[in-house]
Amino acid sequence: MTSGDIPSAYIREKRTPAPSREELRARIPGWGVDLDPADRPSNPKLLHAPDTGAHWDFPERQPEKWPRERSVEHAFVTPVFGTAQPPKGLSGAIRKLAYARFSEGRLAHWMLLVVGDRVDAVANHLASLATSRPDNPITQTGVKAEFTHGGLRSRRGRVDARHHVLDPLVVGGPWVVTAVVAVRALARAGARVRRR
Amino acid sequence: MRAMVYRGPYKIRVEEKDVPAIEHPNDAIIRVTLAAICGSDLHLYHGLMPDTRVGHTFGHEFIGIVHEVGSSVQNLKVGDRVMVPFNIYCGSCWYCSRGLYSNCHNVNANATAVGGIYGYSHTTGGYDGGQAEYVRVPFADVGPAKIPDWMSDDDAVLLTDATSTGYFGAQLGDIAEGDTVVVFGAGPVGLVAAQSSWLMGAGRVIVVDHLDYRLEKARDFAHAETLNFAEYDDVVVELKKQTDYLGADVAIECVGAEADGNLLQHVAGAKLKMQGGSPVALNWAIDGVRKGATISVMGAYGPIPNAVKFGDALNKGLTLRMNQAPVKRQWPRLFEHIRNGYLKPSDMVTHRFPLEEISEAYHVFSAKLDGCIKPLIVPGTA
Ligand SMILES: NC(=O)c1ccc[n+]([C@@H]2O[C@H](COP(=O)([O-])OP(=O)(O)OC[C@H]3O[C@@H](n4cnc5c(N)ncnc54)[C@H](O)[C@@H]3O)[C@@H](O)[C@H]2O)c1
Ligand SMILES: [Zn+2]
Ligand SMILES: [Zn+2]
Repeated sequence: MTSGDIPSAYIREKRTPAPSREELRARIPGWGVDLDPADRPSNPKLLHAPDTGAHWDFPERQPEKWPRERSVEHAFVTPVFGTAQPPKGLSGAIRKLAYARFSEGRLAHWMLLVVGDRVDAVANHLASLATSRPDNPITQTGVKAEFTHGGLRSRRGRVDARHHVLDPLVVGGPWVVTAVVAVRALARAGARVRRR
Repeated sequence: MRAMVYRGPYKIRVEEKDVPAIEHPNDAIIRVTLAAICGSDLHLYHGLMPDTRVGHTFGHEFIGIVHEVGSSVQNLKVGDRVMVPFNIYCGSCWYCSRGLYSNCHNVNANATAVGGIYGYSHTTGGYDGGQAEYVRVPFADVGPAKIPDWMSDDDAVLLTDATSTGYFGAQLGDIAEGDTVVVFGAGPVGLVAAQSSWLMGAGRVIVVDHLDYRLEKARDFAHAETLNFAEYDDVVVELKKQTDYLGADVAIECVGAEADGNLLQHVAGAKLKMQGGSPVALNWAIDGVRKGATISVMGAYGPIPNAVKFGDALNKGLTLRMNQAPVKRQWPRLFEHIRNGYLKPSDMVTHRFPLEEISEAYHVFSAKLDGCIKPLIVPGTA
Protein backbone atom coordinates (compact mmCIF):
# COMPACT_ATOMS: atom_id res chain seq x y z
CA MET A 1 0.00 0.00 0.00
CA THR A 2 1.51 3.32 -1.05
CA SER A 3 0.69 6.37 1.05
CA GLY A 4 -1.77 7.47 -1.64
CA ASP A 5 -3.90 4.36 -0.98
CA ILE A 6 -4.18 4.76 2.79
CA PRO A 7 -7.93 5.09 3.55
CA SER A 8 -9.30 8.32 5.02
CA ALA A 9 -9.72 6.93 8.51
CA TYR A 10 -5.94 6.74 8.98
CA ILE A 11 -5.07 10.23 7.76
CA ARG A 12 -6.07 13.82 8.48
CA GLU A 13 -8.83 14.56 5.95
CA LYS A 14 -11.46 12.62 3.99
CA ARG A 15 -9.99 11.67 0.63
CA THR A 16 -13.24 12.15 -1.24
CA PRO A 17 -14.72 15.51 -0.31
CA ALA A 18 -18.51 15.92 -0.54
CA PRO A 19 -19.86 17.30 -3.83
CA SER A 20 -20.05 21.10 -4.07
CA ARG A 21 -23.12 23.07 -2.97
CA GLU A 22 -23.93 23.89 -6.59
CA GLU A 23 -23.81 20.26 -7.62
CA LEU A 24 -26.04 19.18 -4.72
CA ARG A 25 -28.54 22.00 -5.25
CA ALA A 26 -28.84 21.09 -8.92
CA ARG A 27 -29.51 17.45 -8.12
CA ILE A 28 -31.69 17.71 -4.99
CA PRO A 29 -34.60 20.15 -4.69
CA GLY A 30 -34.22 22.09 -1.45
CA TRP A 31 -30.69 20.90 -0.64
CA GLY A 32 -29.35 22.85 2.33
CA VAL A 33 -32.43 24.95 3.13
CA ASP A 34 -32.13 23.82 6.75
CA LEU A 35 -28.34 23.98 6.85
CA ASP A 36 -28.49 26.65 9.55
CA PRO A 37 -29.42 24.89 12.82
CA ALA A 38 -31.53 27.97 13.69
CA ASP A 39 -33.96 26.91 10.95
CA ARG A 40 -34.44 23.46 12.47
CA PRO A 41 -37.59 23.52 14.61
CA SER A 42 -36.36 21.10 17.29
CA ASN A 43 -33.18 23.04 17.93
CA PRO A 44 -32.39 23.74 20.71
CA LYS A 45 -34.07 20.80 22.40
CA LEU A 46 -35.37 22.72 25.41
CA LEU A 47 -36.88 25.51 23.39
CA HIS A 48 -39.28 27.56 25.47
CA ALA A 49 -42.43 26.94 23.48
CA PRO A 50 -44.23 30.13 22.48
CA ASP A 51 -48.03 29.78 22.45
CA THR A 52 -49.18 26.19 22.78
CA GLY A 53 -52.87 27.12 22.93
CA ALA A 54 -53.17 26.18 26.59
CA HIS A 55 -55.19 28.72 28.59
CA TRP A 56 -54.53 27.22 32.03
CA ASP A 57 -51.58 26.72 34.38
CA PHE A 58 -52.72 23.31 35.44
CA PRO A 59 -55.57 21.71 33.49
CA GLU A 60 -58.96 21.09 35.01
CA ARG A 61 -59.31 17.54 36.31
CA GLN A 62 -61.28 14.96 34.35
CA PRO A 63 -63.74 13.10 36.64
CA GLU A 64 -62.36 9.75 37.80
CA LYS A 65 -65.21 7.27 37.38
CA TRP A 66 -63.33 4.29 38.79
CA PRO A 67 -60.05 4.14 40.74
CA ARG A 68 -57.80 4.74 37.75
CA GLU A 69 -54.65 2.59 37.76
CA ARG A 70 -51.51 4.75 37.67
CA SER A 71 -47.76 4.54 37.76
CA VAL A 72 -46.41 4.88 41.31
CA GLU A 73 -43.86 7.29 39.83
CA HIS A 74 -46.69 9.81 39.40
CA ALA A 75 -47.71 12.04 42.34
CA PHE A 76 -51.38 11.49 41.45
CA VAL A 77 -53.67 10.42 38.65
CA THR A 78 -52.95 12.84 35.80
CA PRO A 79 -55.63 15.52 35.20
CA VAL A 80 -56.53 13.89 31.88
CA PHE A 81 -56.39 10.15 31.21
CA GLY A 82 -57.73 7.49 28.86
CA THR A 83 -60.93 5.69 29.78
CA ALA A 84 -60.74 2.90 27.21
CA GLN A 85 -60.95 -0.73 28.42
CA PRO A 86 -61.07 -0.42 32.24
CA PRO A 87 -59.32 -3.37 33.94
CA LYS A 88 -61.59 -6.34 34.61
CA GLY A 89 -61.45 -10.03 35.51
CA LEU A 90 -58.22 -11.92 36.14
CA SER A 91 -56.21 -9.85 33.64
CA GLY A 92 -57.49 -6.70 35.34
CA ALA A 93 -56.33 -7.96 38.74
CA ILE A 94 -52.87 -8.74 37.35
CA ARG A 95 -52.63 -5.31 35.74
CA LYS A 96 -53.75 -3.50 38.88
CA LEU A 97 -51.14 -5.40 40.88
CA ALA A 98 -48.43 -4.44 38.36
CA TYR A 99 -49.34 -0.74 38.72
CA ALA A 100 -49.86 -0.71 42.48
CA ARG A 101 -46.80 -2.72 43.46
CA PHE A 102 -43.94 -1.98 41.03
CA SER A 103 -42.53 1.20 39.49
CA GLU A 104 -41.69 1.43 35.79
CA GLY A 105 -38.08 0.89 36.77
CA ARG A 106 -38.78 -2.70 37.80
CA LEU A 107 -38.84 -5.53 35.30
CA ALA A 108 -41.63 -7.19 37.35
CA HIS A 109 -43.94 -4.29 36.45
CA TRP A 110 -43.61 -5.00 32.73
CA MET A 111 -43.54 -8.77 32.99
CA LEU A 112 -46.80 -8.72 34.97
CA LEU A 113 -48.34 -6.50 32.32
CA VAL A 114 -47.22 -8.91 29.61
CA VAL A 115 -48.76 -11.82 31.55
CA GLY A 116 -51.94 -9.76 31.95
CA ASP A 117 -52.03 -9.27 28.17
CA ARG A 118 -51.80 -13.01 27.46
CA VAL A 119 -54.42 -13.85 30.08
CA ASP A 120 -56.67 -11.15 28.60
CA ALA A 121 -56.31 -12.53 25.07
CA VAL A 122 -56.96 -16.15 26.07
CA ALA A 123 -59.92 -15.27 28.30
CA ASN A 124 -61.47 -13.22 25.53
CA HIS A 125 -60.94 -15.93 22.91
CA LEU A 126 -62.68 -18.44 25.15
CA ALA A 127 -65.49 -16.03 26.02
CA SER A 128 -66.04 -15.23 22.35
CA LEU A 129 -66.85 -18.89 21.66
CA ALA A 130 -70.05 -18.41 23.65
CA THR A 131 -71.11 -15.36 21.59
CA SER A 132 -72.72 -15.00 18.19
CA ARG A 133 -69.39 -13.72 16.90
CA PRO A 134 -66.59 -16.10 17.97
CA ASP A 135 -63.00 -15.13 17.18
CA ASN A 136 -62.09 -16.22 13.69
CA PRO A 137 -58.35 -16.71 13.14
CA ILE A 138 -58.82 -16.63 9.37
CA THR A 139 -60.60 -13.30 8.99
CA GLN A 140 -58.91 -11.62 11.96
CA THR A 141 -55.35 -12.25 10.80
CA GLY A 142 -56.14 -10.92 7.34
CA VAL A 143 -54.43 -13.92 5.69
CA LYS A 144 -56.93 -13.56 2.87
CA ALA A 145 -54.61 -10.82 1.62
CA GLU A 146 -52.05 -13.54 0.83
CA PHE A 147 -54.23 -14.36 -2.16
CA THR A 148 -55.47 -10.89 -3.08
CA HIS A 149 -52.16 -9.06 -2.54
CA GLY A 150 -49.57 -11.42 -3.95
CA GLY A 151 -48.34 -13.37 -0.91
CA LEU A 152 -45.96 -15.59 -2.87
CA ARG A 153 -44.91 -13.03 -5.47
CA SER A 154 -44.09 -10.47 -2.78
CA ARG A 155 -41.88 -12.84 -0.78
CA ARG A 156 -39.71 -14.20 -3.59
CA GLY A 157 -36.05 -14.08 -2.51
CA ARG A 158 -36.59 -12.23 0.76
CA VAL A 159 -34.49 -12.92 3.88
CA ASP A 160 -37.37 -12.47 6.29
CA ALA A 161 -39.26 -15.33 4.63
CA ARG A 162 -37.34 -17.53 7.10
CA HIS A 163 -39.24 -16.26 10.10
CA HIS A 164 -42.50 -15.76 8.25
CA VAL A 165 -42.81 -19.52 8.59
CA LEU A 166 -42.72 -19.00 12.37
CA ASP A 167 -45.57 -16.51 12.35
CA PRO A 168 -48.40 -19.04 11.90
CA LEU A 169 -46.88 -21.03 14.76
CA VAL A 170 -46.85 -18.03 17.08
CA VAL A 171 -50.35 -17.03 16.06
CA GLY A 172 -51.93 -20.46 15.69
CA GLY A 173 -50.00 -22.20 18.49
CA PRO A 174 -52.13 -20.95 21.38
CA TRP A 175 -55.28 -21.99 19.49
CA VAL A 176 -53.96 -25.50 18.94
CA VAL A 177 -52.88 -25.79 22.58
CA THR A 178 -56.29 -24.57 23.75
CA ALA A 179 -58.06 -27.04 21.47
CA VAL A 180 -55.87 -29.94 22.66
CA VAL A 181 -56.43 -29.03 26.32
CA ALA A 182 -60.18 -28.72 25.73
CA VAL A 183 -60.39 -32.04 23.90
CA ARG A 184 -58.43 -33.83 26.64
CA ALA A 185 -60.55 -32.25 29.37
CA LEU A 186 -63.69 -33.35 27.56
CA ALA A 187 -62.31 -36.86 27.09
CA ARG A 188 -61.43 -37.05 30.78
CA ALA A 189 -64.89 -35.81 31.76
CA GLY A 190 -66.42 -38.33 29.35
CA ALA A 191 -64.37 -41.16 30.87
CA ARG A 192 -65.44 -40.12 34.37
CA VAL A 193 -69.11 -40.16 33.33
CA ARG A 194 -68.70 -43.59 31.72
CA ARG A 195 -66.96 -44.98 34.85
CA ARG A 196 -69.96 -43.98 37.03
CA MET B 1 -69.82 3.58 15.21
CA ARG B 2 -67.44 1.17 13.47
CA ALA B 3 -63.97 0.78 14.96
CA MET B 4 -60.91 -1.39 14.55
CA VAL B 5 -60.50 -3.59 17.65
CA TYR B 6 -57.54 -5.63 18.93
CA ARG B 7 -58.34 -9.27 19.79
CA GLY B 8 -54.83 -10.55 20.67
CA PRO B 9 -51.48 -10.77 18.85
CA TYR B 10 -51.93 -10.70 15.04
CA LYS B 11 -55.72 -10.61 15.43
CA ILE B 12 -57.97 -7.62 14.85
CA ARG B 13 -61.51 -7.07 13.68
CA VAL B 14 -64.02 -4.27 13.15
CA GLU B 15 -66.69 -3.91 15.83
CA GLU B 16 -69.62 -1.70 16.68
CA LYS B 17 -68.67 0.69 19.54
CA ASP B 18 -70.28 3.71 21.21
CA VAL B 19 -69.32 7.08 19.74
CA PRO B 20 -66.85 8.50 22.31
CA ALA B 21 -68.15 11.16 24.71
CA ILE B 22 -66.66 14.45 25.95
CA GLU B 23 -64.95 13.60 29.26
CA HIS B 24 -63.11 16.86 29.95
CA PRO B 25 -64.07 20.47 29.12
CA ASN B 26 -61.21 20.79 26.63
CA ASP B 27 -62.04 17.57 24.74
CA ALA B 28 -63.30 17.42 21.17
CA ILE B 29 -64.84 14.52 19.32
CA ILE B 30 -63.52 14.20 15.76
CA ARG B 31 -65.24 12.32 12.93
CA VAL B 32 -62.34 10.61 11.17
CA THR B 33 -62.18 11.07 7.40
CA LEU B 34 -58.79 9.45 6.77
CA ALA B 35 -56.40 7.40 8.90
CA ALA B 36 -53.17 5.47 8.36
CA ILE B 37 -51.29 2.49 9.73
CA CYS B 38 -47.84 3.29 11.13
CA GLY B 39 -44.82 1.04 11.63
CA SER B 40 -45.42 1.63 15.34
CA ASP B 41 -48.84 0.00 15.12
CA LEU B 42 -47.04 -3.19 14.15
CA HIS B 43 -45.43 -3.35 17.61
CA LEU B 44 -48.92 -3.43 19.14
CA TYR B 45 -50.28 -5.75 16.47
CA HIS B 46 -47.49 -8.24 17.17
CA GLY B 47 -48.16 -8.10 20.91
CA LEU B 48 -44.84 -6.38 21.75
CA MET B 49 -46.20 -3.50 23.82
CA PRO B 50 -47.09 -4.30 27.45
CA ASP B 51 -50.65 -3.48 28.51
CA THR B 52 -52.29 -3.72 25.11
CA ARG B 53 -55.85 -4.66 26.05
CA VAL B 54 -58.33 -6.70 24.07
CA GLY B 55 -60.91 -4.27 22.71
CA HIS B 56 -58.38 -1.46 22.18
CA THR B 57 -58.75 0.63 19.02
CA PHE B 58 -55.40 1.53 17.43
CA GLY B 59 -54.57 4.47 15.20
CA HIS B 60 -52.49 7.59 15.90
CA GLU B 61 -52.39 9.02 12.37
CA PHE B 62 -55.70 10.58 11.40
CA ILE B 63 -57.47 13.68 10.15
CA GLY B 64 -61.17 14.53 10.33
CA ILE B 65 -63.98 16.95 10.96
CA VAL B 66 -64.81 18.39 14.39
CA HIS B 67 -68.05 16.73 15.49
CA GLU B 68 -68.45 18.06 19.05
CA VAL B 69 -66.45 20.33 21.39
CA GLY B 70 -66.23 20.58 25.20
CA SER B 71 -67.24 23.71 27.11
CA SER B 72 -63.75 25.28 27.36
CA VAL B 73 -62.67 24.79 23.73
CA GLN B 74 -61.85 28.13 22.05
CA ASN B 75 -59.77 27.38 18.97
CA LEU B 76 -61.96 24.82 17.18
CA LYS B 77 -65.59 24.71 16.19
CA VAL B 78 -67.89 22.03 14.88
CA GLY B 79 -67.28 21.45 11.17
CA ASP B 80 -63.57 22.43 11.15
CA ARG B 81 -61.30 20.19 9.06
CA VAL B 82 -58.41 19.25 11.34
CA MET B 83 -55.18 17.29 11.46
CA VAL B 84 -54.25 15.79 14.83
CA PRO B 85 -50.64 15.13 15.93
CA PHE B 86 -50.10 11.62 17.29
CA ASN B 87 -49.05 13.13 20.64
CA ILE B 88 -51.68 13.85 23.28
CA TYR B 89 -50.36 16.77 25.34
CA CYS B 90 -51.53 19.51 27.70
CA GLY B 91 -49.46 22.46 26.47
CA SER B 92 -48.70 23.67 30.01
CA CYS B 93 -46.64 21.16 32.03
CA TRP B 94 -42.88 21.46 32.61
CA TYR B 95 -42.19 19.46 29.44
CA CYS B 96 -44.77 21.05 27.14
CA SER B 97 -43.58 24.50 28.22
CA ARG B 98 -40.19 23.63 26.76
CA GLY B 99 -41.47 22.18 23.51
CA LEU B 100 -41.21 18.53 24.56
CA TYR B 101 -44.78 17.79 23.50
CA SER B 102 -44.17 14.07 23.18
CA ASN B 103 -43.09 13.95 26.82
CA CYS B 104 -46.14 15.61 28.41
CA HIS B 105 -46.60 14.78 32.10
CA ASN B 106 -50.32 15.49 32.38
CA VAL B 107 -51.88 12.93 30.05
CA ASN B 108 -50.50 9.49 30.80
CA ALA B 109 -51.49 8.14 34.20
CA ASN B 110 -50.07 4.71 33.34
CA ALA B 111 -46.46 5.70 32.85
CA THR B 112 -44.04 8.58 33.37
CA ALA B 113 -41.47 7.22 30.91
CA VAL B 114 -43.62 7.99 27.87
CA GLY B 115 -46.18 10.67 27.02
CA GLY B 116 -49.69 10.23 25.66
CA ILE B 117 -50.38 8.67 22.25
CA TYR B 118 -53.71 7.91 20.58
CA GLY B 119 -54.58 4.22 20.26
CA TYR B 120 -51.24 3.03 21.50
CA SER B 121 -51.99 0.73 24.46
CA HIS B 122 -52.45 1.66 28.10
CA THR B 123 -48.71 2.14 28.45
CA THR B 124 -49.21 5.44 26.59
CA GLY B 125 -52.35 6.40 28.50
CA GLY B 126 -55.21 4.11 27.50
CA TYR B 127 -56.81 6.29 24.81
CA ASP B 128 -58.67 4.67 21.93
CA GLY B 129 -57.29 5.68 18.53
CA GLY B 130 -58.35 6.92 15.14
CA GLN B 131 -58.77 3.76 13.07
CA ALA B 132 -62.48 4.26 13.69
CA GLU B 133 -65.31 6.54 12.65
CA TYR B 134 -64.95 8.82 15.70
CA VAL B 135 -62.23 9.55 18.23
CA ARG B 136 -61.91 11.52 21.47
CA VAL B 137 -59.25 14.25 21.17
CA PRO B 138 -58.15 15.69 24.56
CA PHE B 139 -56.76 19.25 24.76
CA ALA B 140 -58.46 20.30 21.57
CA ASP B 141 -57.03 23.83 21.94
CA VAL B 142 -53.47 22.47 21.96
CA GLY B 143 -52.88 19.53 19.60
CA PRO B 144 -55.11 19.73 16.52
CA ALA B 145 -54.65 22.32 13.77
CA LYS B 146 -56.93 23.37 10.95
CA ILE B 147 -55.73 21.90 7.66
CA PRO B 148 -54.61 24.71 5.32
CA ASP B 149 -56.81 24.95 2.22
CA TRP B 150 -53.96 24.22 -0.16
CA MET B 151 -52.99 20.96 1.59
CA SER B 152 -54.21 17.56 0.35
CA ASP B 153 -55.75 15.05 2.74
CA ASP B 154 -52.95 12.58 2.05
CA ASP B 155 -50.22 15.10 2.91
CA ALA B 156 -52.14 16.16 6.02
CA VAL B 157 -52.56 12.64 7.38
CA LEU B 158 -48.90 11.87 6.73
CA LEU B 159 -47.87 14.99 8.66
CA THR B 160 -49.56 13.69 11.82
CA ASP B 161 -46.66 11.26 12.30
CA ALA B 162 -44.48 9.66 9.59
CA THR B 163 -43.33 12.87 7.86
CA SER B 164 -42.84 14.86 11.05
CA THR B 165 -40.97 11.95 12.61
CA GLY B 166 -38.62 11.43 9.67
CA TYR B 167 -37.82 15.15 9.60
CA PHE B 168 -37.34 15.24 13.38
CA GLY B 169 -35.06 12.20 13.11
CA ALA B 170 -32.77 14.01 10.68
CA GLN B 171 -32.60 16.97 13.08
CA LEU B 172 -31.51 14.79 16.00
CA GLY B 173 -28.64 13.60 13.80
CA ASP B 174 -27.12 17.11 14.08
CA ILE B 175 -26.09 16.92 10.44
CA ALA B 176 -23.29 19.28 9.37
CA GLU B 177 -22.59 20.28 5.78
CA GLY B 178 -21.11 17.47 3.72
CA ASP B 179 -21.79 14.71 6.27
CA THR B 180 -22.31 11.13 5.19
CA VAL B 181 -25.64 10.02 6.64
CA VAL B 182 -26.76 6.39 6.81
CA VAL B 183 -30.47 5.75 7.30
CA PHE B 184 -31.57 2.32 8.50
CA GLY B 185 -35.05 1.37 7.28
CA ALA B 186 -36.75 2.47 4.05
CA GLY B 187 -40.27 2.70 5.47
CA PRO B 188 -42.13 6.00 5.47
CA VAL B 189 -40.10 7.31 8.42
CA GLY B 190 -36.75 6.35 6.89
CA LEU B 191 -37.65 7.72 3.47
CA VAL B 192 -38.52 11.13 4.92
CA ALA B 193 -35.43 11.06 7.15
CA ALA B 194 -33.31 10.48 4.03
CA GLN B 195 -34.96 13.37 2.17
CA SER B 196 -34.65 15.65 5.18
CA SER B 197 -30.95 14.85 5.55
CA TRP B 198 -30.37 16.60 2.23
CA LEU B 199 -32.34 19.64 3.38
CA MET B 200 -29.96 19.85 6.35
CA GLY B 201 -26.91 19.74 4.11
CA ALA B 202 -25.80 16.11 3.91
CA GLY B 203 -23.14 15.37 1.30
CA ARG B 204 -24.07 11.74 0.94
CA VAL B 205 -27.12 9.70 2.03
CA ILE B 206 -27.13 5.89 2.16
CA VAL B 207 -30.35 3.97 2.93
CA VAL B 208 -30.16 0.40 4.27
CA ASP B 209 -33.03 -2.12 4.05
CA HIS B 210 -33.59 -5.56 2.54
CA LEU B 211 -36.77 -4.87 0.57
CA ASP B 212 -35.77 -4.03 -2.99
CA TYR B 213 -39.00 -2.23 -3.81
CA ARG B 214 -38.47 0.13 -0.88
CA LEU B 215 -34.81 0.69 -1.74
CA GLU B 216 -35.91 1.62 -5.23
CA LYS B 217 -38.17 4.24 -3.67
CA ALA B 218 -35.22 5.50 -1.63
CA ARG B 219 -33.27 6.00 -4.85
CA ASP B 220 -35.87 7.92 -6.84
CA PHE B 221 -37.96 9.54 -4.11
CA ALA B 222 -35.11 10.38 -1.74
CA HIS B 223 -32.14 10.59 -4.19
CA ALA B 224 -30.19 8.25 -1.91
CA GLU B 225 -27.62 5.54 -2.46
CA THR B 226 -28.90 2.19 -1.23
CA LEU B 227 -27.53 -0.91 0.41
CA ASN B 228 -29.48 -4.17 0.55
CA PHE B 229 -28.21 -5.83 3.73
CA ALA B 230 -29.32 -9.26 2.55
CA GLU B 231 -26.65 -9.13 -0.15
CA TYR B 232 -23.80 -8.84 2.35
CA ASP B 233 -22.46 -11.23 4.89
CA ASP B 234 -21.76 -8.30 7.24
CA VAL B 235 -23.37 -4.95 6.57
CA VAL B 236 -21.13 -3.17 9.09
CA VAL B 237 -17.99 -4.12 7.17
CA GLU B 238 -19.65 -3.05 3.94
CA LEU B 239 -20.47 0.36 5.42
CA LYS B 240 -16.85 0.75 6.51
CA LYS B 241 -15.63 -0.13 3.03
CA GLN B 242 -18.01 2.34 1.42
CA THR B 243 -16.90 5.17 3.72
CA ASP B 244 -13.15 4.70 3.40
CA TYR B 245 -13.03 2.81 6.72
CA LEU B 246 -14.33 5.76 8.75
CA GLY B 247 -17.99 4.81 9.02
CA ALA B 248 -20.85 7.26 8.55
CA ASP B 249 -20.81 10.66 10.27
CA VAL B 250 -24.47 10.29 11.26
CA ALA B 251 -26.87 7.36 11.50
CA ILE B 252 -30.65 7.60 11.68
CA GLU B 253 -32.31 4.41 12.91
CA CYS B 254 -35.83 4.12 11.47
CA VAL B 255 -36.47 0.41 12.03
CA GLY B 256 -37.24 -0.34 15.67
CA ALA B 257 -38.44 -3.44 17.45
CA GLU B 258 -39.20 -5.73 14.50
CA ALA B 259 -35.73 -5.50 12.96
CA ASP B 260 -34.60 -8.38 10.77
CA GLY B 261 -31.10 -9.36 9.81
CA ASN B 262 -30.24 -11.51 12.82
CA LEU B 263 -32.54 -14.47 13.28
CA LEU B 264 -31.67 -14.99 16.95
CA GLN B 265 -32.28 -11.34 17.92
CA HIS B 266 -35.45 -11.24 15.81
CA VAL B 267 -36.94 -14.37 17.33
CA ALA B 268 -35.96 -13.43 20.91
CA GLY B 269 -37.22 -9.87 20.53
CA ALA B 270 -40.04 -9.80 18.05
CA LYS B 271 -41.45 -13.32 18.37
CA LEU B 272 -40.77 -14.62 21.90
CA LYS B 273 -40.90 -11.17 23.52
CA MET B 274 -37.83 -11.94 25.62
CA GLN B 275 -36.63 -8.35 25.13
CA GLY B 276 -38.29 -5.06 24.25
CA GLY B 277 -37.78 -5.71 20.56
CA SER B 278 -34.91 -6.74 18.33
CA PRO B 279 -32.15 -4.06 18.30
CA VAL B 280 -30.38 -5.36 15.17
CA ALA B 281 -30.55 -2.07 13.28
CA LEU B 282 -29.55 -0.05 16.34
CA ASN B 283 -26.50 -2.27 16.84
CA TRP B 284 -25.59 -1.93 13.17
CA ALA B 285 -25.86 1.83 13.57
CA ILE B 286 -23.57 1.78 16.62
CA ASP B 287 -20.97 -0.31 14.84
CA GLY B 288 -21.42 1.26 11.39
CA VAL B 289 -20.73 4.91 12.27
CA ARG B 290 -17.37 6.55 12.80
CA LYS B 291 -16.07 7.33 16.27
CA GLY B 292 -17.54 10.54 17.70
CA ALA B 293 -20.62 10.20 15.48
CA THR B 294 -24.23 10.98 16.34
CA ILE B 295 -26.97 8.36 16.16
CA SER B 296 -30.57 9.45 16.01
CA VAL B 297 -33.01 6.72 17.00
CA MET B 298 -36.58 7.01 15.70
CA GLY B 299 -37.28 3.26 15.70
CA ALA B 300 -39.55 2.40 18.62
CA TYR B 301 -38.77 -0.16 21.34
CA GLY B 302 -40.78 -1.51 24.24
CA PRO B 303 -39.98 -0.83 27.89
CA ILE B 304 -38.42 -4.26 28.46
CA PRO B 305 -34.56 -4.20 28.37
CA ASN B 306 -32.78 -4.83 25.06
CA ALA B 307 -29.45 -6.40 24.08
CA VAL B 308 -27.90 -3.14 22.83
CA LYS B 309 -24.13 -2.86 22.29
CA PHE B 310 -23.64 -0.13 24.80
CA GLY B 311 -19.93 -0.74 25.34
CA ASP B 312 -19.19 0.01 21.70
CA ALA B 313 -21.26 3.19 21.93
CA LEU B 314 -19.23 4.35 24.92
CA ASN B 315 -15.84 3.39 23.56
CA LYS B 316 -16.58 5.11 20.26
CA GLY B 317 -17.64 8.31 21.99
CA LEU B 318 -21.01 8.31 20.28
CA THR B 319 -23.85 10.73 20.92
CA LEU B 320 -27.19 8.94 21.00
CA ARG B 321 -30.25 11.12 20.53
CA MET B 322 -33.84 9.93 20.45
CA ASN B 323 -37.44 10.68 21.34
CA GLN B 324 -40.98 10.26 20.21
CA ALA B 325 -41.40 13.11 17.75
CA PRO B 326 -42.98 16.34 19.06
CA VAL B 327 -45.08 16.59 15.91
CA LYS B 328 -46.67 20.02 16.02
CA ARG B 329 -43.31 21.68 16.68
CA GLN B 330 -42.29 20.56 13.16
CA TRP B 331 -45.37 21.76 11.33
CA PRO B 332 -44.71 25.42 10.45
CA ARG B 333 -41.40 24.58 8.79
CA LEU B 334 -42.73 21.39 7.19
CA PHE B 335 -45.71 23.24 5.72
CA GLU B 336 -43.18 25.49 3.93
CA HIS B 337 -41.17 22.52 2.66
CA ILE B 338 -44.28 20.87 1.28
CA ARG B 339 -45.48 24.10 -0.34
CA ASN B 340 -42.08 24.56 -1.95
CA GLY B 341 -42.16 20.99 -3.24
CA TYR B 342 -39.08 19.89 -1.26
CA LEU B 343 -41.08 17.16 0.47
CA LYS B 344 -43.98 15.20 -1.05
CA PRO B 345 -45.37 12.90 1.65
CA SER B 346 -48.33 11.73 -0.43
CA ASP B 347 -45.92 10.06 -2.89
CA MET B 348 -45.41 7.33 -0.28
CA VAL B 349 -49.05 6.23 -0.23
CA THR B 350 -49.38 2.87 -1.98
CA HIS B 351 -52.66 1.45 -0.65
CA ARG B 352 -56.12 2.51 0.50
CA PHE B 353 -58.33 0.11 2.46
CA PRO B 354 -61.88 0.64 3.69
CA LEU B 355 -62.06 0.37 7.49
CA GLU B 356 -64.02 -2.87 7.12
CA GLU B 357 -60.95 -4.50 5.50
CA ILE B 358 -58.46 -3.39 8.11
CA SER B 359 -57.39 -6.97 9.02
CA GLU B 360 -56.11 -7.37 5.46
CA ALA B 361 -54.51 -3.90 5.58
CA TYR B 362 -52.50 -4.85 8.68
CA HIS B 363 -51.43 -8.13 7.15
CA VAL B 364 -50.29 -6.50 3.90
CA PHE B 365 -48.32 -3.78 5.74
CA SER B 366 -46.89 -6.14 8.36
CA ALA B 367 -45.74 -8.80 5.88
CA LYS B 368 -44.73 -6.08 3.36
CA LEU B 369 -46.80 -7.55 0.53
CA ASP B 370 -47.71 -6.03 -2.83
CA GLY B 371 -45.11 -3.24 -2.78
CA CYS B 372 -46.73 -1.67 0.27
CA ILE B 373 -45.08 1.43 1.72
CA LYS B 374 -47.91 3.39 3.38
CA PRO B 375 -51.50 2.10 3.65
CA LEU B 376 -54.33 4.53 4.36
CA ILE B 377 -57.61 3.57 6.04
CA VAL B 378 -60.86 5.12 4.88
CA PRO B 379 -63.74 4.89 7.36
CA GLY B 380 -67.35 4.82 6.27
CA THR B 381 -66.87 3.37 2.81
CA ALA B 382 -68.15 -0.15 3.51
N1 LIG C 1 -40.05 8.12 17.40
C1 LIG C 1 -41.25 8.35 16.87
O1 LIG C 1 -41.89 9.36 17.16
C2 LIG C 1 -41.81 7.40 15.87
C3 LIG C 1 -42.91 7.78 15.10
C4 LIG C 1 -43.32 6.93 14.07
C5 LIG C 1 -42.70 5.73 13.88
N2 LIG C 1 -41.67 5.36 14.69
C6 LIG C 1 -40.95 4.11 14.51
O2 LIG C 1 -40.16 4.20 13.35
C7 LIG C 1 -39.96 2.88 12.82
C8 LIG C 1 -40.26 2.87 11.33
O3 LIG C 1 -41.61 3.20 11.07
P1 LIG C 1 -42.20 2.97 9.61
O4 LIG C 1 -43.62 3.40 9.65
O5 LIG C 1 -41.29 3.55 8.61
O6 LIG C 1 -42.17 1.35 9.59
P2 LIG C 1 -41.99 0.25 8.44
O7 LIG C 1 -42.30 -1.04 9.07
O8 LIG C 1 -42.74 0.64 7.22
O9 LIG C 1 -40.43 0.33 8.07
C9 LIG C 1 -39.41 -0.38 8.71
C10 LIG C 1 -38.39 -0.81 7.65
O10 LIG C 1 -37.22 -1.33 8.27
C11 LIG C 1 -36.74 -2.39 7.49
N3 LIG C 1 -35.80 -3.20 8.27
C12 LIG C 1 -36.04 -4.30 9.05
N4 LIG C 1 -34.90 -4.70 9.63
C13 LIG C 1 -33.93 -3.85 9.22
C14 LIG C 1 -32.54 -3.75 9.50
N5 LIG C 1 -31.93 -4.60 10.35
N6 LIG C 1 -31.83 -2.76 8.91
C15 LIG C 1 -32.43 -1.88 8.07
N7 LIG C 1 -33.74 -1.92 7.77
C16 LIG C 1 -34.48 -2.90 8.35
C17 LIG C 1 -37.99 -3.09 7.05
O11 LIG C 1 -37.76 -3.92 5.93
C18 LIG C 1 -38.89 -1.91 6.73
O12 LIG C 1 -38.77 -1.50 5.38
C19 LIG C 1 -40.87 1.96 13.65
O13 LIG C 1 -40.11 1.34 14.65
C20 LIG C 1 -41.83 2.92 14.29
O14 LIG C 1 -42.33 2.44 15.51
C21 LIG C 1 -41.22 6.19 15.68
ZN1 LIG D 1 -46.48 6.19 14.45
ZN1 LIG E 1 -47.87 18.69 29.00
